[in-house]
Amino acid sequence: MIDLVAKSPCADLLPLDIGTVTLTEVGPERMTSLAPYRGREAALATVLKQAHGVTWPAPNRATGRDGARALWFGQRMALLVGPAPDARLAAEAALSDQSDAWAVVTLTGPGARDVLARLTPLDLRPDRFKRGHTARSDLRHMMASITRLGADRYRIMVFRGFAETLVHDLRAAMERVAAR
Amino acid sequence: MRFAQGGLIDREAPVEFSFDGRSYRGFAGDTLASALLANDIRLMGRSFKYHRPRGPLTAGSEEPNALVTLGEGPGQEPNARATTCEVHDGLVARSQNRWPGLGFDLLGVNDWAAPFLGAGFYYKTFMWPKSFWERLYEPLIRRAAGLGSLSGVASAETCDKAFAHCDLLVIGAGPAGLMAALAAARAGADVILADEDTRPGGALLRESGEVAGQPGAHWAVQVSEELAGMDNVRIMCRTSVTGVYDHGTYAALERAAPATVRREGAATETFWRIVARRTVLAAGALERPVAFRDNDRPGVMLAGAVRAYANRWAVRPGRAVAVFGNNDSAHRTARDLMARGVHVCALVDARHGARTDLDLPFFPGAVVSRAHGGRRLEAVDIRMPGRSLRLRADCLAISGGWNPSVHLTCHLGARPVWDADLVAFLPGAGAVPGLDVAGAASGVFSTAGCLESGWHAGMAAARALDLKPVEAAIPKAEDGHYDIVPLWAVPGKGRAWVDFQNDVTVKDVSQAAQENFRSVEHMKRYTTQGMAPDQGKNSNVVALAVLADATRDGIPETGTTTFRPPFTPVSIAAMGAGAQGMGFAPRRLTTSHRVSLRRGAPMLEVGLWYRPSHYPRVGEATWRESCDREARMVRESVGITDVSTLGKIDIQGPDAARFLDFVYTNRFTTLAEGRVRYGLMLREDGHVMDDGTTARLGPEHYLMTTTTAAAGQVLRHLEFVHQCLCPHMDLRLISVTEQWAQFAVAGPRASALLEEVLQGPLDLPFMGCRAVSMGPVGARLFRISFSGEQGYEIAVPSRYGEGLFSRLVDRAEALGGGAYGMEALNVLRIEKGFITHAEIHGRVTAFDIGMAGMISKDKDCIGKAAAARPGLLGAEREQLVGLRPVKSGAAILAGAHLFEEQAEAISRHDQGYVTSTCHSPALGDTLALGFLRNGRARHGEVVRMVEHLQGVETLCRVSDPLAFDPAGGRMRD
Repeated sequence: MIDLVAKSPCADLLPLDIGTVTLTEVGPERMTSLAPYRGREAALATVLKQAHGVTWPAPNRATGRDGARALWFGQRMALLVGPAPDARLAAEAALSDQSDAWAVVTLTGPGARDVLARLTPLDLRPDRFKRGHTARSDLRHMMASITRLGADRYRIMVFRGFAETLVHDLRAAMERVAAR
Repeated sequence: MRFAQGGLIDREAPVEFSFDGRSYRGFAGDTLASALLANDIRLMGRSFKYHRPRGPLTAGSEEPNALVTLGEGPGQEPNARATTCEVHDGLVARSQNRWPGLGFDLLGVNDWAAPFLGAGFYYKTFMWPKSFWERLYEPLIRRAAGLGSLSGVASAETCDKAFAHCDLLVIGAGPAGLMAALAAARAGADVILADEDTRPGGALLRESGEVAGQPGAHWAVQVSEELAGMDNVRIMCRTSVTGVYDHGTYAALERAAPATVRREGAATETFWRIVARRTVLAAGALERPVAFRDNDRPGVMLAGAVRAYANRWAVRPGRAVAVFGNNDSAHRTARDLMARGVHVCALVDARHGARTDLDLPFFPGAVVSRAHGGRRLEAVDIRMPGRSLRLRADCLAISGGWNPSVHLTCHLGARPVWDADLVAFLPGAGAVPGLDVAGAASGVFSTAGCLESGWHAGMAAARALDLKPVEAAIPKAEDGHYDIVPLWAVPGKGRAWVDFQNDVTVKDVSQAAQENFRSVEHMKRYTTQGMAPDQGKNSNVVALAVLADATRDGIPETGTTTFRPPFTPVSIAAMGAGAQGMGFAPRRLTTSHRVSLRRGAPMLEVGLWYRPSHYPRVGEATWRESCDREARMVRESVGITDVSTLGKIDIQGPDAARFLDFVYTNRFTTLAEGRVRYGLMLREDGHVMDDGTTARLGPEHYLMTTTTAAAGQVLRHLEFVHQCLCPHMDLRLISVTEQWAQFAVAGPRASALLEEVLQGPLDLPFMGCRAVSMGPVGARLFRISFSGEQGYEIAVPSRYGEGLFSRLVDRAEALGGGAYGMEALNVLRIEKGFITHAEIHGRVTAFDIGMAGMISKDKDCIGKAAAARPGLLGAEREQLVGLRPVKSGAAILAGAHLFEEQAEAISRHDQGYVTSTCHSPALGDTLALGFLRNGRARHGEVVRMVEHLQGVETLCRVSDPLAFDPAGGRMRD
């Protein structure tokens, strides 16, 4: 039987520790986009809560916890991170497997915000971009999903093919911040 | 000379630096200018055009004269202002625009030739012969007149770029800015306080007056410490706000402190984009000089600058100092110098009836009419009603009044407003939404007034932010009336400088007016006044006043030129920070990237993607040999190529099929599950947007494939159509391009290979698809072909991409095949007449490419109506054809144009053009695709290909685009 080796997007590139900031790869984890069909938002939210214990996220919000999380992911769309989607979800929403489509990293440590401020125009002030806030925005030249998971902890996602550039750009920003 | 005591320098921290190869000592806290003056060096530069010897005029970022080159080697920085450059151990600075040296500059001959080099001289001279301008005159002029230069070598130094957000941005940390920041911060606002100096304080750093009963500089330290201790305040020193943009966005350039720059990985400069809900501009005011004969001699400085050198840097500005002005700034300078024991030989005040309590030679109602000296000032002429007098002086402090720093208020198009009492331009009301002006920038020139104005601006900002301001007492400070008489230029013979940096004199401005360049904008361009790196900060108001005098139009009527960003020079390196090398553009890599690199494949950039060109093997000297071999391999055995870069869009929902019917020209409601169909997509204007295949994976689940180039465009188009044109349809769209690694397996042995890999029969008809598995890994198999051979594409979740690609290539090689790259892929599709964006380049219709029949007659689709417009159909259209050389092997070049055999090759006779070309190993000849007028009716005709750039001409026979296996048996059976 053919046995294929699995490889993560940032394999060989991470982790990185520069100054007070650490960059690590997340996963692999199951990621599924949930896009409710017309008029099914409420039904989807109910199933999501029942099946996975996760609240449907409002725009720019992330719900749930490590292991089962829902990130707002665009217009009427969320990304379920963690569990395999319950079959009942498919009746209410279009589901697409996104587990392999993204390079996912976590940036942690004091100064993580300063590193991100070199790459994204988002207003990351702690009282504006709070824990549980998420945004689709630029990360330098790439489109990204950025979520604040903790005081100094951010989840960053870009298309898988950009993994090398993601690490390159974050490393450069980490070095600049460490040298300040 | 340095005073024994005082100043804001750290005498415990001496530093050693060099200027023009000689070593000097200064102290931490010195600028290059203050340290050189302390070493009695006055001559710091040569002027732009006449190579006049120059010393510093100012003590700030507006400095026009003392421009130097910092550092050596690739990262040398030209045109740095000695007045803002911090000295530090090991600093290397050089003077500019002189040869062989600063003291003796041969190009000083320009000064003697000045009568011939006045305003507009190069518009009048160097006219003949015409061809000499570009090759001889311009290079000569550029060499003789100029500033510093770059090294011409890429610098290893790095810059940085960053974003910041705040409730209130305060620009300038002088008395007004500090108070504004304090008021808003105490109310709870999130404040950024930016100042271009190395420390907060602004004018307080140079003035001797007290604030709240203590020296102003001490008060500034106390307040900035309070601010620095607050979580909601960020003080950004060495940060010049350089531009104002929409929606409260400000550009700012931060210079790193010398100690920071030495750290590994540190950026020398950071270009900030600051977004602020409110802004207080407290940028202060700039003192202006007075024009009189030879007012540019080293030793002539602005009165405020002289105070700064004396008070802040404890530098004795001269042995005998004359002071000249039309306002009280001159008196303050005289007072401060005398307090330091400096001999002030004259206080010349242009105001009749002016008085002083100072014990010195006082000349009210008088002017300085001339400066004497060469490389340093030696004497000044004082002209009074009825008599004149020459006095020895090695320093002259001048003040022609103060110009509020209105520049940033003009960046969105507002004009400043003339105030006749203050003899200055003030910011226009409401010039920038959300921005208030405080302190000297708003025309308040006393310290007490600045403190109060800043405090009120901060309170107003807090209220505008819905915060509750906290009342507090405003500290006491010097107060007084700003009393000034207009004085721009002292009449007389000789040259009187207006724009020191660009060598523009009073005479030049008057001459511009005489020659009818009367508008201030015309005068500026004719004389180049205000076009130097200082952007006229020192000269604009004087120049337009001189112009107004010459035209008799009045100053408000004459107006100012337009102030544009940047306020101070910004290096391109800072704006482009991070864009060197790998940072220039992101790289999008396929899962097979590293395997391809290991096999020696050169990469081609396709948008942001990197795709292998070909896979060279031992013995293959050129890409053509590899490409020919790979193309033959696919025709004869089996080839593998990565097609993951093609866009993949998941389309799901009850109305997905109806939606596809609307966006594609052909029908998809009739597509059965497990089947794939080729689709053509038009833009609203009837031209072809993209093509690709769409598979029906489930009852309401479709997977659309786009071309690599148009993946983003197509998804955007689909979202637009769904959200705006068909909101009633129930379906959802998302890109799954990167979820799947997909590989084409093509060739007569493709089935054999896949049966081996999948360990079972494929059982898939042409244009079929189904789910397959490789152990635990779920995969998708499609039977589609872009090569004309028996073809499959197999898709796995991307994490398995590298593993599967390696496996497929290994198996293919065992079967006599292997990996093939973009070059071979291109050859294979040209042989089949399959189009890419070389053909569907945006100007062609379905009719042009021979697919008019694909526009279904039974349904509507995007672009259908527009595609039927007159002019988009018929014999006049250039239509897709195949081309082969009449003489076997002759070149057909992409981009070349087609003409009738006997016609002259000019655009009027243009019949079409070549879009794609290759050498076809299968046919053993050159093969091309192109568009030819009425081409489908002309198969068999001979046309002439002309490529004008390389001068290549080839006779071509027109044919059907489909050249290989026209019946398609190899692909279908």
